[in-house]
Amino acid sequence: MTETEETGVVAGTTDESAAPLLRVRGLVRHFPITKGLLKRQVGAVQAVDGIDFEVRPGETLGVVGESGCGKSTMGRLITRLDEPTGGTIEFEGRDITHLPPGKLRPMRRDVQMIFQDPYGSLNPRHTIGGIVGTPFRLQGVEPEGGLKKEVQRLLELVGLSPEHYNRYPHEFSGGQRQRIGIARALALKPKLVVADEPVSALDVSIQAQVVNLMDDLQDELGLTYVIIAHDLSVIRHVSDRIAVMYLGKIVELADRKSLYEAPMHPYTKALLSAVPVPDPKRRTQRDRILLKGDVPSPIDPPSGCRFRTRCWKATEVCATTEPPLVALRTGHEVACHHPENAPDGARDDEPAKTA
Amino acid sequence: MGRRRRPRGVKGTVTAPIETTGAAAEAQPEAVLQGVEGKKIVGRSLGQIAWLRFKRDKVAVAGAIVVILLILVAALSRPIQSWLGLDPNSPNRDLIDPNTTLPSGDFGGMSWDHPLGVDPKFGRDLFARVLEGSWVSLIVAFGATLLSVAIGTVLGVVAGFYRGRVDSLISRLMDVFLAFPLLLFAIAISASLQGGAFGLEGLPLHISVLIFVIGFFNWPYMGRIVRAQTLSLREREFVDAARGMGARGPFILFRELLPNLVGPIIVYSTLLIPSNILFEAALSFLGVGIQPPQASWGGMLNQAVKYYEVDPQYMIVPGLAIFITVLAFNLLGDGLRDALDPRSR
Ligand SMILES: Nc1ncnc2c1ncn2[C@@H]1O[C@H](COP(=O)(O)OP(=O)(O)OP(=O)(O)O)[C@@H](O)[C@H]1O
Ligand code: SF4
Ligand SMILES: [Mg+2]
Repeated sequence: MTETEETGVVAGTTDESAAPLLRVRGLVRHFPITKGLLKRQVGAVQAVDGIDFEVRPGETLGVVGESGCGKSTMGRLITRLDEPTGGTIEFEGRDITHLPPGKLRPMRRDVQMIFQDPYGSLNPRHTIGGIVGTPFRLQGVEPEGGLKKEVQRLLELVGLSPEHYNRYPHEFSGGQRQRIGIARALALKPKLVVADEPVSALDVSIQAQVVNLMDDLQDELGLTYVIIAHDLSVIRHVSDRIAVMYLGKIVELADRKSLYEAPMHPYTKALLSAVPVPDPKRRTQRDRILLKGDVPSPIDPPSGCRFRTRCWKATEVCATTEPPLVALRTGHEVACHHPENAPDGARDDEPAKTA
Repeated sequence: MGRRRRPRGVKGTVTAPIETTGAAAEAQPEAVLQGVEGKKIVGRSLGQIAWLRFKRDKVAVAGAIVVILLILVAALSRPIQSWLGLDPNSPNRDLIDPNTTLPSGDFGGMSWDHPLGVDPKFGRDLFARVLEGSWVSLIVAFGATLLSVAIGTVLGVVAGFYRGRVDSLISRLMDVFLAFPLLLFAIAISASLQGGAFGLEGLPLHISVLIFVIGFFNWPYMGRIVRAQTLSLREREFVDAARGMGARGPFILFRELLPNLVGPIIVYSTLLIPSNILFEAALSFLGVGIQPPQASWGGMLNQAVKYYEVDPQYMIVPGLAIFITVLAFNLLGDGLRDALDPRSR
């Protein structure tokens, strides 16, 4: 196997050698399940169960996975809206894993979140001006030229009229509300923006506008994004690198091009096959892989490889040994014993009796 | 992400559904506000929208008008009495048939001087007594409601906001209060405080005791509603958004949650008032509320029971007063609920 030009970071604006903006090591979040009056713990939802990744300055990391695989939980952990049960989170080299709220405050200026629900994420009782102005008030920042002027500038930046200042959220459409959420997130010029399914609640016709707006703003303001999505179509055009999650784990992490052109994890391959292909010639080439069965419960995930209950390549070793996430090529990490588009790691293994 | 990944023309690539061709879809925000051209649209708060909705609800508006009139009458009850030269406690023995002790004349002694008639035995003017009873009823109902709302809101918000142990504690407390034999307690308290307490005696004492008993034991009703609302509100994403910007507990409580609780609190207070009016009447009816000779609606009913066959007028007058008041407050409360919180229908 040779290192070809398609595996490197091709045209990214990011510098691979630069110190990462965010470094996550062995991140774990288990939600305890308690029973009875005494709140005895009887188990745990293993929402995020040991994930490692880095986010480099200026890049966009896309995170995809089916519903319930722990994407939102991961997003809430790295923005420290939630506290991990294990692992570490470093932001700009500083360990923020267990910082108490008071000490987190300064870092909150640099890390912002865009939420999924354009209806739930804006307080219905506040005006747009009040909503977009809140970060300044909370962080004690007095913008040049006054708060109102700065808020109106931000509204213009996201494509809204500055005259909307005194209006209320219920007067806006979903797409416009999402723009308001973006204006609020960008108010304090953050370094990292985590967007949790920023367009999945929007009309398909509007999704592109919002994604393109985020794309433009990234160029303009030099932002770093972590964008969460539940399928690969939304983030295809905006991600530099993509992490694929399954049941609380990252199963594949690669730059966009090699992930789309040569996916290694069977799950990624299945996800990719579900992305609509308009060109009929191509459609015949990649048949849609329909995954059998349901996603297993994160309370009691399968042994070994968590994907094995739905994997058509599963063998004995998949049930006994958990495949580690390793780089099979530069910049292409995968957690699978029998990867696609790469040499098999356990070629002689017996096929699994029950898949 | 760089400029490179913004396919303007689709070049036979694997296309995602979010792709748009050309600039057409680019700068066109979904126009909700730009809809009507030239016409200036003023930003409307949810309160203003609720008012518009409320205005359209004729029944609720009627309820509101009656409520306002009742409050005015109750507040001006004493001045109206002296203006009309009425006295709720002056007997008119000449209007009583000495043999039956009933009002002489038809319809409970109705006349120009006594439009609603007089009561048996003493011949006191019923209009004056109903008027006098109105302020007693309303002041007890409002005072008790205010007390329940104050306790219920504070404890409900605290329980819903801090959850965990605090919530368990407050929720159990509410259960205890709801399980309390309120009527027995009210009877016991009123009986033991009959002579005078806290430097109060007579009417002020009775009113204070009623407000305390009704208000202090009714707060769990309010507390449960506020707690449930707080619990659901705090899960909304705008609370996370505030926390993500560095907001602390008090900011979230007062800036993010409380403005959203005002509506439900107003609605359920309005619905609590009529039930407290009934409660006051019931306690006075049982003889443990307002004591005679002070006029009160419940007290009048109490005495009217003895005469309901021979002088139904005496029972109808205070009964109707209670009925109209309770109905008006309920209609207003339902209208407010529909206007402020259309989802709850
Ligand atoms: N606060 C919580 N308490 C208990 N379990 C939780 C909590 N939050 C999330 N979970 C569980 O953790 C798992 C992952 O949830 P998460 O919201 O992170 O998934 P997701 O990938 O964002 O899904 P979706 O695409 O539906 O948003 C789910 O099984 C969910 O039920
Ligand atoms: S490790 Fe085995 S079960 Fe898991 S994805 Fe690879 S082949 Fe499938
Ligand atoms: Mg989610």
